[in-house]
Amino acid sequence: MAGLESALAHLGSIEALAARATPVHRLDPRAKLLTTGAFLATVVSFGPRQVIPLLPLALYPVALGALGDVPARPVLARLALASPFVLLVAIWNPLLDRAPALAIGGLVVSGGWLSFASILLRFCLTLGAALVLVAVTGFDATCAALGRLGAPRILVEQLLLLHRYLFVLVDEAARLLRAHALRAPEARRPGLRVAGSMLGQLLLRTLARAQRIHRAMLCRGFDGVLRRRGALRLRAVDLAFTGGWCAFFALARAVDLPRLLGGLALGAGR
Amino acid sequence: MHMSDAFLSPAVGGAMLAASGGVASVAARRLRRRPDEGRVALMGVLGAFVFAAQMVNFAIPGTGSSGHLAGGLLLAILLGPHAAFLTMASVLAVQAFVFADGGLLALGCNLFNMGFCACYVAYPLACRPLVGREASARRLALGAVAGSVLALQLGALGVVVETALSGASALPLRSFALLLLPVHLAIGIAEGLVTGAVVLFLRRTRPELLAGGAPAAPGRRSLRPVLVGAALAAALVGGVVSWFASARPDGLEWSLARVGAAPPAVDRLHRLLEGLQAATALLPGYAFRGDAAPAGAAPWPAPSAGTTASGIAGALLTLGLAVAVGAALRLARRADRSPRTPAGPP
Amino acid sequence: MSHHLVSAADLRFAYPDGTEALRGVSFVIHHGESVGLVGANGAGKSTLLLHLAGALLPTSGQVRVGDWPVTASTLPQIRRSLGLVFQDADDQLFMPTVGDDVAFGPLNLGLPPAEVDRCVAAALERVGAAHLRDRPSHRLSGGEKRLAAIAAVLSSSPDILVMDEPSANLDPAARRRILSLLRSFEHTKIVASHDLDLVLDVCARTIVLHEGRVAADGPSAEILADARLLEPVRLEPPLRLQACPRCGGAAR
Ligand SMILES: Nc1ncnc2c1ncn2[C@@H]1O[C@H](COP(=O)(O)OP(=O)(O)O)[C@@H](O)[C@H]1O
Ligand SMILES: [Mg+2]
Repeated sequence: MAGLESALAHLGSIEALAARATPVHRLDPRAKLLTTGAFLATVVSFGPRQVIPLLPLALYPVALGALGDVPARPVLARLALASPFVLLVAIWNPLLDRAPALAIGGLVVSGGWLSFASILLRFCLTLGAALVLVAVTGFDATCAALGRLGAPRILVEQLLLLHRYLFVLVDEAARLLRAHALRAPEARRPGLRVAGSMLGQLLLRTLARAQRIHRAMLCRGFDGVLRRRGALRLRAVDLAFTGGWCAFFALARAVDLPRLLGGLALGAGR
Repeated sequence: MHMSDAFLSPAVGGAMLAASGGVASVAARRLRRRPDEGRVALMGVLGAFVFAAQMVNFAIPGTGSSGHLAGGLLLAILLGPHAAFLTMASVLAVQAFVFADGGLLALGCNLFNMGFCACYVAYPLACRPLVGREASARRLALGAVAGSVLALQLGALGVVVETALSGASALPLRSFALLLLPVHLAIGIAEGLVTGAVVLFLRRTRPELLAGGAPAAPGRRSLRPVLVGAALAAALVGGVVSWFASARPDGLEWSLARVGAAPPAVDRLHRLLEGLQAATALLPGYAFRGDAAPAGAAPWPAPSAGTTASGIAGALLTLGLAVAVGAALRLARRADRSPRTPAGPP
Repeated sequence: MSHHLVSAADLRFAYPDGTEALRGVSFVIHHGESVGLVGANGAGKSTLLLHLAGALLPTSGQVRVGDWPVTASTLPQIRRSLGLVFQDADDQLFMPTVGDDVAFGPLNLGLPPAEVDRCVAAALERVGAAHLRDRPSHRLSGGEKRLAAIAAVLSSSPDILVMDEPSANLDPAARRRILSLLRSFEHTKIVASHDLDLVLDVCARTIVLHEGRVAADGPSAEILADARLLEPVRLEPPLRLQACPRCGGAAR
């Protein structure tokens, strides 16, 4: 229960962020969605043991977050919250793959540790970029973009309604649980039977609500299509945004930028 | 359980995204043929219900641990497979886009693991035959448990196979499966019990809802092509995986192979994969079990002091640069903003 | 004048589970009338209003709105001329933002985009909620939600405004706001409520519903002051029409 409530609080803060008006927020949501997709594809296309060549890609979430006024702390908190499962899977790599792959001074690093670090870095990059994307776009605009990019109409309508009633139903569930807790103070959680009828109750209310919503739609002329105002317009700046970042991703994929940089720095220092 | 972007290769992520997207568009087309009659509202609100239901943590009898409803199977019972699949798609998309659970690239995998397996495989195979209109309470509970267990086992297997195909984890397929499947067996039984309890409650209070949700006869006929497609896909994936698994020595052998020379079969597989990879440039560099790999193809050639030093220096420089760029952009934004009053709601 | 007339003739309705919610309701409401529909919980007020909007179709009997009988084939015309504000604003505000919700009706009427924007602005202005346009509906207060729901109905410029419990769950300030809004609406209006003070303020005529039947129908000032009429239908006269318990004198 606390999990979802804190997640909703997080959602509230993310939505407040998405309501801001920075140049990044004003970009067409399709441009942001596609660019982030290209970013994710680039990140995961690196080899399983590659760590350092991935680093330049961090520029994308960092720059997007900075330009969109996204505070770092909630993003990092969310990353920490989501990390246990990734750690659980990744931790086997250093245990199973012990062949030395790299020596830093006298320290020999095994391939397993490299791939471990690589997974963690990918995790931070992909999830970080997704969080920043949501914070600078908002759910609503993301749905509009999905619709324009060819997602089935019924799916987009689903998403809008789900998001709208998420809060209403979570409140309802919270009330049910509170009522249960007040009347059964010694039981920490409801048992199977009670949970079954509690969920059944919640479901009945949900179904009744669905019927009322449908009536409200009909009363205002709903004919099977959820119409919305406002069309998305791709501007030059959107194309430049997507094109520029994709070129950067391609460069980072093709050239090991950190090594180049390091070589240059060491060469100059000599 | 959510698949994460971090474990995926672009090939696997892309293929699963395409497959799930295809199923979603087929399901949407099927639904469009029937009149709305409140379905849009019903599906949307039931999607929200799945979230809310996850707050109701219940005690699993005899274990002391707790579980919650995942919802795929219950949705299938209430809505029929097509609408349930689309509703699960919206649930997972909200989890990906809003809560950043699971990741955007992994959406296809998650939709397959948690939506497709529950709605198109477990529901028609294990659940629908048992959850008839006149089924006894015991039979109904059995159907719900069988369906949930099947759905969750298939879903967990999906995670294992997708991770293995992506090559991110060094954990052999078999051990990974042994790790995940028993856990999901327990979760599946709990989920099945509570699904059964909810269905029983509904049948007691509003029997007409269960009858109305899934029109049996047309649903069954229209389901066949989807099922055949799924079976073919499963066979294909299974074939590829078993080929992988048999070619790749597992657990103990594998660590032994690391100490000595790689078995010739593994060597051949490497060559093959590297050839494939060079041709497609999509599969990540499988210099993974690297000792046998030729130096040119490996991302990190034999450790040598010089290259390592420049690599480390470059990494530090890159990180510093990224942070500096972020800070500079932030400062620029602040300077840009300060003359105006901050926009946005209070 | 039959235009904007609302009438019911021996209206009967049973819900699918067998509950008889309406058991023969008849009335005629003329253009420009303001009618309060009062009755205890479960008297059938909401069910009746849903029939007026064609969201439920009667088991027997007939409803007429304007020149049309309410049937499945006339629903588009009915819904163009009659706007229903639901009891729970959460049911009515199903779009992501208030602006989207207010635009929903005009868009379904097929109006061009510029015209839709104009309707949205006008409706929000009317209820004094122009500042809420881009806010997500789920982050509004109860009073703001109610205003948004009313704007969402006004934007289609209905000739007949029907409201279900407009003042339920509102704080006094929000209630006052709704009240003055209702007074300013000059077309036909029908308000279901057990807030009899509000009915007395806004509606010249009152219909009392009891267990699915019309128990009384007449001028609000008479009906709402008649304690002997209201008691059997589980209602009480508004406080300001009751005799003062301290001094024994009648108010007003
Ligand atoms: N969806 C429904 N299914 C079955 N019975 C219902 C439903 N909605 C309302 N009723 C019943 O119909 C009667 C009238 O309800 P309603 O019109 O909501 O009353 P009011 O709005 O005056 O409080 C009540 O007895 C109520 O229990
Ligand atoms: Mg009511």
